[in-house]
Amino acid sequence: MTSTMLKASSSSSQALLRTTRFSKQFRAKLRTSRSLATAAEPPVRRYGGLKDQDRIFTNAYCRHDHGIKGAMSRGDWHRTKDIILKGDSWIIQNIKDSGLRGRGGAGFPSGLKWSFMNKPGWEKDPRPRYLVINADEGEPGTCKDREILRGDPHKLIEGCLVAGRGMNATAAYIYIRGEFYQEASHVQQAINEAYAAGFLGKNACGSGYSFDVYVHRGAGAYICGEETALIESIEGKQGKPRLKPPFPADVGLFGCPTTVANVETVAVAPTICRRGASWFAGFGRARNQGTKLYCISGHVNNPCVVEEEMSIPLKDLIEKHCGGVIGGWDNLLGIVPGGSSVPILPIDMCSEVLMDYDSLKDAGSGLGTGAVIVMNKSTDVVKAIARFSQFYKHESCGQCTPCREGTTWMMNMMDRMVEGRGHQREIDMLLELTKQVEGRTICALGDAAAWPIQGLMRHFRPEVERRIAEFRAKNGAVGFGGHLASAADDTLASPDNLGLRLPA
Amino acid sequence: MLSRLTRSTPPRSLVRRRFISSTPSRKSDALFVHRDTPYNNPKIAFEFNEENMKRAQDIISHYPPQYKKAAVIPLLDLGQRQNKGWTSISVMNYVANLLGMPPMRVYEVATFYTMFNREPIGQNFVQVCTTTPCMLRGSTEILETVCEHLGGIKPGQTTADGKFTVVEVECQGACSNAPMFVVGDDFYEDLTPQSTKKILDAFKKGEKPKPGPQSGRKTSENSAGLTNLTTKPYGPGEHCLPEFQ
Repeated sequence: MTSTMLKASSSSSQALLRTTRFSKQFRAKLRTSRSLATAAEPPVRRYGGLKDQDRIFTNAYCRHDHGIKGAMSRGDWHRTKDIILKGDSWIIQNIKDSGLRGRGGAGFPSGLKWSFMNKPGWEKDPRPRYLVINADEGEPGTCKDREILRGDPHKLIEGCLVAGRGMNATAAYIYIRGEFYQEASHVQQAINEAYAAGFLGKNACGSGYSFDVYVHRGAGAYICGEETALIESIEGKQGKPRLKPPFPADVGLFGCPTTVANVETVAVAPTICRRGASWFAGFGRARNQGTKLYCISGHVNNPCVVEEEMSIPLKDLIEKHCGGVIGGWDNLLGIVPGGSSVPILPIDMCSEVLMDYDSLKDAGSGLGTGAVIVMNKSTDVVKAIARFSQFYKHESCGQCTPCREGTTWMMNMMDRMVEGRGHQREIDMLLELTKQVEGRTICALGDAAAWPIQGLMRHFRPEVERRIAEFRAKNGAVGFGGHLASAADDTLASPDNLGLRLPA
Repeated sequence: MLSRLTRSTPPRSLVRRRFISSTPSRKSDALFVHRDTPYNNPKIAFEFNEENMKRAQDIISHYPPQYKKAAVIPLLDLGQRQNKGWTSISVMNYVANLLGMPPMRVYEVATFYTMFNREPIGQNFVQVCTTTPCMLRGSTEILETVCEHLGGIKPGQTTADGKFTVVEVECQGACSNAPMFVVGDDFYEDLTPQSTKKILDAFKKGEKPKPGPQSGRKTSENSAGLTNLTTKPYGPGEHCLPEFQ
């Protein structure tokens, strides 16, 4: 039996050899013929370098008036009536053509999402329909929506009207996190001005379409950034995510069809409609089109929020707009490219990746909200990630057991990893724990808590191992759970599976 | 056995006596159970003043009439503002009564959201952000400075004169302006230990320093000079499709 198998394999390998030899010759021939061709390679396009005339949020730094007068002088509310009169399918087709993807983190194509509201026969449904704007910006590292809310609130209000017309909504609720008091008052001011100017309310912009916009302030819960938790929170309950299905587009806010969208996604809609889908689609790589607000924090010389083209190389973004990493690019340790929920990237990957959904996904991370957290070599990277675990422990809503218990557990283990108090095998135990939480909860908070730890272990495992070895060298054998062998009392019966007698 | 090992080794003599082990008290942010105290019990009357009542009616009108309870978070916030910055049991009961919902549903909400303080706070509520982006820029130092400067209190405590309460909070969404803290509703950003002390001193004197970045830059722009948005913003209809010009 074995001999026949051997024979079979040897004959097949001979055949393989023959074919490879053959193909090599063939390829050589191909290559020579190729060199004679005159067609040049298409030029490689460099992304980034967005011009001011192509920036959508022209008052991102609040240098100009955020009120209606200033907003209109910057082109807001310009012929909004004509956009509304074009109808829902025109608006949604435009958004689809522009390639806009949700800016809140998941990156779902916005046009498609909005079209879920207009199912065949939706006109016969007597229920009101809602657009809910997610301005519960709480992801550590993210501060982009804040600039829209306080600098360009009219873009958001106009966006509500345009997006609302696209999905035939009757009203919009803007859910602003409770901490953003000044921002909420700017938005409220913008709403009041828009009502006074006749842009909202019955017969909005004189188009015959009636639409209301309300502000709803939250009260400090990160989980309310999840779309169904946000709906629950507006309904006056604890912000605990709902099971899907039914999806919000069928049963959402107050039991009515609802779409939840990020501030940035909605605020760019009117400009896309006015300047054309092809203009917006002209930025960035295919399937990652458009412009995006990036917020850079951490160890850069000049942290800032900046609107740039999608697919800009991460290194360019930091060197061009933030004055580089503190201590130079070589002093970089790692970058979290999309807010606390995405895995960290080490320096060699940071110099290559492009800031868009696909490139970062290929690198094993994600674009998230475009929140770039830079860490240079002075960072205690384990502590930085342990702090994220603490954050998720604090913000877990407590509904699903894997997340409620898992986040606490992960935090405790990560806190021990900071000083290295643990056994080498516990790294794999921790990773297994993250895998047990990931994908086993109603919302993505469990996943978000797991990913930073997975990212840390993927790229900085030697550092964690070094700390464990160091701690062991100083304090003697350490068992699972951080128990010191020296503290064990041999006069008492103790189970044998604590790892106290395991070699390092 | 396990719980004993995690902490430092107790003296040998204690170990021999083998106490019944008990779980140590949870050091969570706040007690989730209400206990009647002289300053916080249902007998203390509370109701909205006239101005807040008008606002409350306006807020309630934003929601469908059969979903009045949607206004519970904004109304609790109003009540907290009127009640010197904290939500007493009377505030919760009053809001429940006003919205016609069971008091328990209001308690649920008030305990879930971190912005509702269920214990009295000082005049100035200092919330220092210590999440990673701020931590990278030195928020640990800021927190230490704040605690030290206010007479060596710990996060979660109020100063003896009742002027300041300090708490550690999670990300406040001003990461490009880290490190930062919030006093009341105002963000103080780009802090250094020096500017932290200056702000606290101003509050001690009863003044209100200017909120925003303390480094001299405006909002979240590049502090070394603008790299973008340097030209005059384009006007209505500019660069638009011909039909929208």
